[in-house]
Amino acid sequence: MMERPAPASDEKVQALGSHNPKRRIPGVSEGPSFRWTDLTVYLGFLLVFAFFALTVGDKGFLTAQNATSIVTQVTPIALMAFGAVFVLTAGEIDLSIGSVVAMSALFTALGLRHYGLLPGIAFGLLTGVCAGLLNGLLTVGLRVPSFLVTLGTMQLFTGIAQISTQLQDVPITNETYSSLFGSGMIGPLSDTVIWLVVGFIVAHIVFRDLAFGWRVMATGSNRASARALGINTNRVRVAVMVISSCTAALAGMIYAGEVQGAVYTLGSSDLLTVLAGVVIGGTSLFGGSGSMFGALVGSILMTMIVNGLVLMGATVQQQIVVQGIIIVVAVAVSQRQPAD
Amino acid sequence: MEQLPEPLLRTVGLRKTFGGLHAIEDIDLSVWPGEVVGLVGDNGAGKSTLVRCIAGYYIPDAGEVFVDGQPFAQGGPKRAAELGIEIVHQDLSLVMHGDVVQNLYLNREIRAKSPLLRRIGWLDKKAMRAGARAILDRVGIGGTVSVRQQIRDLSGGQRQCVAIGRAVGWSRRLVFLDEPTAALGVRQTRLVLDLIGRLRRSGIAVVLVSHNMEQILEVCDRVVVLRLGRKVADCSAEGLTGSSIVGYITGAERAEN
Repeated sequence: MMERPAPASDEKVQALGSHNPKRRIPGVSEGPSFRWTDLTVYLGFLLVFAFFALTVGDKGFLTAQNATSIVTQVTPIALMAFGAVFVLTAGEIDLSIGSVVAMSALFTALGLRHYGLLPGIAFGLLTGVCAGLLNGLLTVGLRVPSFLVTLGTMQLFTGIAQISTQLQDVPITNETYSSLFGSGMIGPLSDTVIWLVVGFIVAHIVFRDLAFGWRVMATGSNRASARALGINTNRVRVAVMVISSCTAALAGMIYAGEVQGAVYTLGSSDLLTVLAGVVIGGTSLFGGSGSMFGALVGSILMTMIVNGLVLMGATVQQQIVVQGIIIVVAVAVSQRQPAD
Repeated sequence: MEQLPEPLLRTVGLRKTFGGLHAIEDIDLSVWPGEVVGLVGDNGAGKSTLVRCIAGYYIPDAGEVFVDGQPFAQGGPKRAAELGIEIVHQDLSLVMHGDVVQNLYLNREIRAKSPLLRRIGWLDKKAMRAGARAILDRVGIGGTVSVRQQIRDLSGGQRQCVAIGRAVGWSRRLVFLDEPTAALGVRQTRLVLDLIGRLRRSGIAVVLVSHNMEQILEVCDRVVVLRLGRKVADCSAEGLTGSSIVGYITGAERAEN
């Protein structure tokens, strides 16, 4: 058969290495490609944490109680962020997640009131599946960018949520439900911590260790190539939209359990927070690369900023200004396109 | 080159029309194991159509394709791949954001051994990394490229080697290279041409589509010229010159055989 080349002595091959001096790791490194901008979110996290520790450390920022409160607030955001990593890596975007939150919370609350625990949970999850299927099939079937499809369905879902209860709140009195979603304690841990940890592990595994994750990456990197390699890109694109909507539905159910009721305004401000956390975490807006861990840290970072600003006594308006500035700075650092 | 009684690939009277246009007409072509065949012709001469008919992307209107003497029932690119025939497309064969392992194994991943994990698509990354290393060694870039590097961080020649590596990585027998050096510099081109020589020595047949006559004459054993959908020349590369090939391509010269 074929003779093995003697790598080190192959002068031509050696010479070729010098063609690409910037990214080349000398010798045969076994590490993955690395970019300094991958570290944006971690440096940002440390800086923001240090800043708040110094300024509001004595106002309760460093207490365990505050940490718990941050984790509780971050869980729905992070779950949606995990879904968004799939969507963005596949080269799509889902603007409808905020409205799916409201829709699933309301339908869950209605299901709980009229039919009981399991139908209530099923209503919420089905809302996510259906919304995602609609988004995905419209995107693939009409050959319209998901940006436009979900811009439309965002309005559609918001409208449906408002009509379904005539703008009324729907209280949740089912204690079992609340203890499973948002208000429960399992040993010393709140159920939101469990949702966060389990959600992260599952998302990370599906993204990195299953064939599906590779297909998502390939689809987002170059759809034509992915198809030439035999990947059913349409199926991947529908699947990521369903995943995204389901994480939004789950987030809505956790919100509903936390406040023990559902309102149509739930989740209405989440879209920007989620996308900011994901993008700061190193996921490309243009498809092909994403990071689950980055999205987790990015979500915590966004939540911690709000938390710290509240402790500093900032008004809601000031919080929004600071968030806006941080998003622009972080995106400028992490999303700069490589000059190729 | 010693020729076996039965060619690896043989087409008889292959024809494909698009509307009224005869893209290819009555093409007889044979490729033997370990042979490098240059497929040349002007733009629109039918090279791509011929390649796609053979690799199962198009269904020919007439004629037949035989692999190992057996008629090759048209079953799309997948069936062609099963028989060991692959095309390396000019720029569609790689996913830039993926690393080398992913590009070599996408859609033919090695999965975990446990049946349950297999079912959900759990990947055996360690096995794939080892396999990828072996393939990089085979295509001659094992010394300079790490299997975890992203394709977009590789040079053009290295990328082309990875793309070819994907095609030949699983004891493939016939590879079509569609202008593999079109976008490459001198050194990068060298890398790819050396690889073609390496494939020949290992018994893999290569059909090289190229516009570069020097290159064709350097690496090919045989040259097939298409002109306006017909085969106008099919001769040993020995004794051919660049200008005589150009003559066939433009129709100024005709082959005797």
